[in-house]
Order: sequence, then C-alpha cells, then structure tokens
Amino acid sequence: MTATATPDAPPDAAGPVPEPVQKPPLLKPAVRKRLVPYWLLLPGILWLLIFFAAPLIYQASTSVQTGSLEEGFKVTWHFQTYWDALREYYPQFLRSVLYAATATVMCLALGYPLAYLIAFRAGRWRNLVMILVIAPFFTSFLIRTLAWKTILSDGGPVVGALNSLHILDVTSYLGITEGQRVLATPLAVVCGLTYNFLPFMILPLYTSLERIDPRLHEAAGDLYARPITTFRKVTFPLSMPGVVAGTLLTFIPATGDYINAELLGSADQKMVGNVIQSQFLRVLDYPTAAALSFILMAAILTMVTVYIRKSGTEDLV
Amino acid sequence: MTALTRWIRRNLVVIAGLGTLAYLILPNVVVLVFSFNKPNGRFNYQWQRFSTEAWTDPCGVADMCGSLSLSLKLAIWATIGATLLGTMIAFALARYRFRARSAVNSLIFLPMAMPEVVMAASLATLFLNMGVDFGFWTILIAHIMFCLSFVVTAVKARVMSMDPRLEQAAQDLYASPAQTFVRVTLPIAAPGIAAGALLSFALSFDDFIITNFNAGSTVTFPMFVWGSAQRGTPVQINVIGTAMFAVAVLCVLAGQLAGARRKRS
Repeated sequence: MTATATPDAPPDAAGPVPEPVQKPPLLKPAVRKRLVPYWLLLPGILWLLIFFAAPLIYQASTSVQTGSLEEGFKVTWHFQTYWDALREYYPQFLRSVLYAATATVMCLALGYPLAYLIAFRAGRWRNLVMILVIAPFFTSFLIRTLAWKTILSDGGPVVGALNSLHILDVTSYLGITEGQRVLATPLAVVCGLTYNFLPFMILPLYTSLERIDPRLHEAAGDLYARPITTFRKVTFPLSMPGVVAGTLLTFIPATGDYINAELLGSADQKMVGNVIQSQFLRVLDYPTAAALSFILMAAILTMVTVYIRKSGTEDLV
Repeated sequence: MTALTRWIRRNLVVIAGLGTLAYLILPNVVVLVFSFNKPNGRFNYQWQRFSTEAWTDPCGVADMCGSLSLSLKLAIWATIGATLLGTMIAFALARYRFRARSAVNSLIFLPMAMPEVVMAASLATLFLNMGVDFGFWTILIAHIMFCLSFVVTAVKARVMSMDPRLEQAAQDLYASPAQTFVRVTLPIAAPGIAAGALLSFALSFDDFIITNFNAGSTVTFPMFVWGSAQRGTPVQINVIGTAMFAVAVLCVLAGQLAGARRKRS
C-alpha cells in the first residue's frame, strides 16, 4: 500500500480530476472537503477500536492479573500465568496446530480439483456448482456438524465400509482411529474441520484460477507439455495467491475452532479453543483464558508471517 | 478397459471435483433425510422410521422457534448496522487518499484474520469488567463488529473497480453531489453492498463462538442447537436446517437469474 499523505488531493483518486468549473461559489471549502473521509470512517472505525482493538488490549492486562471472582482481579504483572498455561496445555496447543494443519492440507487436496472444475471444466454448469458450494454456507454449520455424527456413527455405513475394507485396522495402527470407531477419534475431528472450512479454501482458489487465461494452457500444450507438466509449471504457480489466501483462511479459524473437537471428538481430542472456552465460561479463570488467547494469537501470527514470507507473496494482504 | 481408464484419466479432475462436491453436500442430504425420521429416544442420530411429524409441527419443541426468531432479529439488525458502517468505510478507503489509510486497512483486515475464540474472549472480558449485562445488545455489538470487515471488503472491491468518469459525467450534466451519489454511485456499488449484507446476515445468523461468549443466558438458534447436542436433538432442528438450505439455494438462484437478466438487457 502506498499511503501517500497528500491531504489536499481531490476526492476522486484516479487521475487528475478537473474541478467542475460551473458553479464555483457552491464549492465547499477545501478544509471541509478534506474532512469528508474522516467523517465516513468515524463511526465504523470507532466501533472497531472500542469493540475489537480495546478488548484485545484489555485482554492483555487481564492475562497478567491475579485474584479470584469473589475478591476481584488485580493487575499484578503475574507473567507466571503464561508459563503455567503453556506447561499445562501444550498438548492442546500442539494438537490444535496439528489438526488445523492436517485439515488445511486436506482442504487444499479436496478443494483444488473442485475449484479447477468450476473454473475450467464446468461450462454451463458453473453457476449450479457454485451455488452448491456456497449454499451450505447459509445453513447452520452446527446442524451440519451434527449430521457428521450421524454419518460417522458406530455401526453406520461409513464405519461398516471402512471396517470391511480393513481401513480401520490401518488407521487404528496409525493412531488416528480407535478400534471399530471413527467418532471420538482424531480422524472424526479432522474430517469435521476439513468439511467446515472447505468453502474458505475453494472460493479464493476459484478466484485465482478464474483469472488464468485458458490460452496459456493451449500454449503449454502447443509446446508439447503434458497435462501434468502444464499444471505443475503454469496453472499451479499462477494460482499461488489463491493457495496462500485459502490456506490462511482455513488454517487460522481451524486452529481456534472448538466446535468440531467438542461435537465429533472426545476428551482426548480437545483443542486449545476448548480450553479457552472452558476456562472462560466454566472455570471462570479469566487470566488463564486471556493468557491462552494471547499465546494462540502470537503462535498464529508467527506461523502466518513465516508462511507468507516463505510463499513469497507479501503483497497479498 | 483401456478406453475406460483413458476416460478416467482424462476426467480425473472432474471426478475428484465431483467427489469433493459430494463431500460438501452429504451432510445437507443427511439433514434432509433425518428430518423425516421418527427417533427412538432423545437423539436423532439413527434412522428409525419415516414420519412427517416434525414437518407438520416445526415449532413443537420448547424454545426452539423463540431462539430462531431471536437469531433472525439479531441477524437483521447486525446486517443493517454492519452494512451502513462498512459501506461508509469502504467509500472512504476506495475514494479518498488520507493519512492513516494503511492503519485503517490493517484494522479492517485483522478481525478477519483472528481466531474467533480470541475475539470472543477479549470482548467478553471487556463487557465483564465494565459490568455490562450480557444479552441482546452485547450479542448485537459483537456481531456488527465481526461482520463489519467483510462488508468493507465486499463493497471496497466493487467501488474500486468502478469507472470514476461516470461520476464526472454526472457532474458535467449538472447533477449535484447528492444526486450523483444517489443516481449514479449507489446503483453501481449496490451489488457489492448486497453481497456484503448477505454475507453479514449469514455470518451473524450462523455465528456460535462469539455469541456463546457474549450472550449470557440469552439463547440464539446456534446456541440452541449446541445445547441440544448435549440434551437430545429434536427432529425439528433438521427441518429448520433443510428449510434454511432451500431458502439459501432459492435466494442464490434468484440472484443469479437477476444478474443474468441484467447482463442480457
């Protein structure tokens, strides 16, 4: 972003705009005109500052408080809370990152073909497929997550099929399922996460794939590239902005999610979101909940920064 | 056989894509099918026998329709609030160069890039310490807060791609700034505003995490569903889920048709 501070620039940003010369006396004074964007911003930005930014700062102060609900909490710069929270809940942190990363990779693997299909192969069905991708967005995602409980239920068709194909033996050996069950195992939670965040992967992928000129594919074919080479050397690199945006949009919310772990998992699949939720709403230990939120935020910020650097698309956001 | 394998190889992307589509739609199909179930016990996870009971009596469960109408009310107000505030910000960002522009851009971007649970817990901490009573207003404030960024993004994209010469032409034809805005600018920005509003409505209506932290004892529809996962899920939840899916598909279809007609004329 090039935020050139030119206070008296004309309101229409693009190009030199000739001021309407017809009615000079009616022109507002330059100062009032300069204030227009600030007046437009004021209510919304105030809203975000008061209800988004200020709470985060407040949260920071809460995380270094000690006390109890009865006596009240006081800022005592008790940084020990962070250390204690990390030491006690590092399995949940690791699990969150692991589950979210797996779900993100699954989303990419599942979402890419569908985005590709919509962008290049759907033809006149494009709108219909698009509707089928977006429509689940508008139905309650808790209801759909509960539906997974039915789909993956013990003795249901999915478990039965996996069992008769001896896939459950393999997955149990790998430790992602347990015995004859899929529910209450890591597989179920990752399956739910993948499902819930798939649209967030497909839409940015589709947007960046759609921008690719199909003639580039023809050109690659004319130069004797096999389809797989065309994909590897032309399509995939050009879709990188979508891949980066999609992985971020999937990974970040998936790390903080606690609904899938709660509905499809058991106590052994609890993620950091579950811990924050129970510390805040059940145990009422606000400092620990605040410290956990901050560790989660810091971890995500670090990972995202490293990822954006590595993928070389700093100008994305 | 080789013809078949060749066909499969050539259409591998289509097959995989349709597989993903099936994965996306499957839960909706299950919700539809199980809305005709007559469960044996409190939980509606196993197929027993066909019944249209839930469809003929959708509000037969205590508190469910109350929570549904509360969610609708919240979503409507959150949409109005977020769309108004967000559109104003979007116009300021798309049309004006001013100091602090990049700071405003990051303030808009951050709520979308933050795990919901962090936002939820911090806002609830603030409310708690200010001694605010949790309920309708705290939920509404929270919803407007997280929907705002999505509206700004949708509207900004539309306004940025708009030809500024159209407004200059209006000015040249002696339209006042207000007339230019109402007759030219607003109609062109309308699809972006509509997209932002639709997105806010869906986000607000469906939000669980932020609502759960900021609702107190108020129960919205997603919270009702959450609670029912522990207490027992009435079949009526599937009826509502199916109806929502149908309404969503019809809305998107109508939007597409309207868009196609506009393109043709």
